[in-house]
Amino acid sequence: MLKNISNLGDAALYCDFGIQVNKATNLEVIKYFNTIREKKIKGINNLTPSYNKLIISFDLRVTNFSEIKNKIENLDTTIEQNKNNKKIEVPVCCDENFALDKSRLEKKLNLSYQQILTKFFNKEYFCYMTGFIAGMPFLGDIDENLRTQRLETPRVKVPQGSVGITEQFANIYTFDSPGGWNIIGNTPLKVFDDSKERDPNLINPGDTVIFKKISLQEYEGSNDK
Amino acid sequence: MRVVMTSNYFEILRGGINTTFQDKGRENLYHIGIPFSGVMDNRNFLLANKLVGNDLNAPVIEFAYQGPHLRYTGDQLNFVITGDVIFKIKKKGIEIDGDCYQSYHLENGDEINIISTNKSVYGYFAIGSEIDLNFQWNSCSINTKANIGSNNGKKLDTGQKINLLKINSDKTLKKVNYIKSKIENIRVIKGTNFDYFSEEGKKIFFEKEFVVSKLSDRMGMRLEGSKIENIINTNIKSEGLVKGVIQVPADGNPIIMLSDHGTVGGYPKIGVVVSVDYDRLVQLAPGSKVKFKEIELSDAETLFKLYEMETENLLNQI
Repeated sequence: MLKNISNLGDAALYCDFGIQVNKATNLEVIKYFNTIREKKIKGINNLTPSYNKLIISFDLRVTNFSEIKNKIENLDTTIEQNKNNKKIEVPVCCDENFALDKSRLEKKLNLSYQQILTKFFNKEYFCYMTGFIAGMPFLGDIDENLRTQRLETPRVKVPQGSVGITEQFANIYTFDSPGGWNIIGNTPLKVFDDSKERDPNLINPGDTVIFKKISLQEYEGSNDK
Repeated sequence: MRVVMTSNYFEILRGGINTTFQDKGRENLYHIGIPFSGVMDNRNFLLANKLVGNDLNAPVIEFAYQGPHLRYTGDQLNFVITGDVIFKIKKKGIEIDGDCYQSYHLENGDEINIISTNKSVYGYFAIGSEIDLNFQWNSCSINTKANIGSNNGKKLDTGQKINLLKINSDKTLKKVNYIKSKIENIRVIKGTNFDYFSEEGKKIFFEKEFVVSKLSDRMGMRLEGSKIENIINTNIKSEGLVKGVIQVPADGNPIIMLSDHGTVGGYPKIGVVVSVDYDRLVQLAPGSKVKFKEIELSDAETLFKLYEMETENLLNQI
């Protein structure tokens, strides 16, 4: 399902898996990502999988576009991959202080907050990718009745731990960061831990996430907080 | 933080605007959302290390616009400043003007006052010694947005100390004659969303001058000028970014991704700055005029090889 490879500048390959955003396409991207990582191809210094694209950066001192393109085109992706996708429970508190966009969402979606939360919690979400800021997972797909646009004016600072939704996706702000997603609550869970150099991300592409609603007491009693 | 007893150290009398430890950065972390970081201007970084006899990838202090003012305590060592930088050295109460690309001895009690970069942004201060630093993912590079790297991921501040470990034994003074080549255009390869823009928009991109905005930092360089009109969609599904990508958001003003950029983004990519022009691009100060010129991939590759050979020649002269 890799449809086309082109160059993104002179030091990266742009691998296009189509325009759809769905689990099947993304799994194909992740398959290429894992295979290339395991192969440790000389000169490749970064891989960025996203919904339906894979960007492969390389060191132009060591190799070039046509060399890497040739290797990717001849890549055997049928090899069994020994990766364990995890299922992760993420506790979220939707107390007034954390649900920054409660009233905006009620208005936009024409639902009560209770209805919004019922549609959001206790469902399996798939992690398509991580990035933008370190460890931020892009999860999907959320209920069709919860889909809305980003804020017209993004916030300068979204608090760490905020859980946001926009369009068909949900995410978690791993740091205080600028951002425009609709914030429905906050998790006490540490989603990015840079003291774990080997595996700092709690959630990785291909993993499954289930959000569980917790009370303010449970939030404040959490070890991670 | 480790506590090290050391007799050789710098006191930071003034931190400067954006003073950080940098090396060549970190690799293979885009997929978890961590960019390369590392020095903005690679050539000046390599020259600085070579001029004080360090390993070429040793940590250096990068500063932007106004640099730090430092007082040294300890045994004699060498230091150098590279870039286009105005700085003073104070020895026994006497202040002299320092020259870039020339190493100096530093003795107990001496001060270095890095006043400003000249018609440029970044300068490099290399010390002929191992510096006591924390590394994260094999790099000391400070990413102040994600608080990653040495100094707890924060820029260097007034009142802090820089502790040194092992001073280089060879203290021969060195210099190199380096004259920065004047930059005419920034060369780019068309981006993957080039066709999202109107014919008029494409023409503006390649024919009109843009001005570097004040809202530029290690993450990105914002440009202002004639608006580039998008005729397809001002958003794309978020996908990976690389250094040098030029995104055009809905307001029509281009943003160029620099070393600390967000790893994914959802704005259309009109072009990508070629590797050979990156060192010069990052040195364009706010208010500078920029004009883009399209080149082919094969030319970009050849020009980069020539640039690398030139760097190699400069290093060999030291």
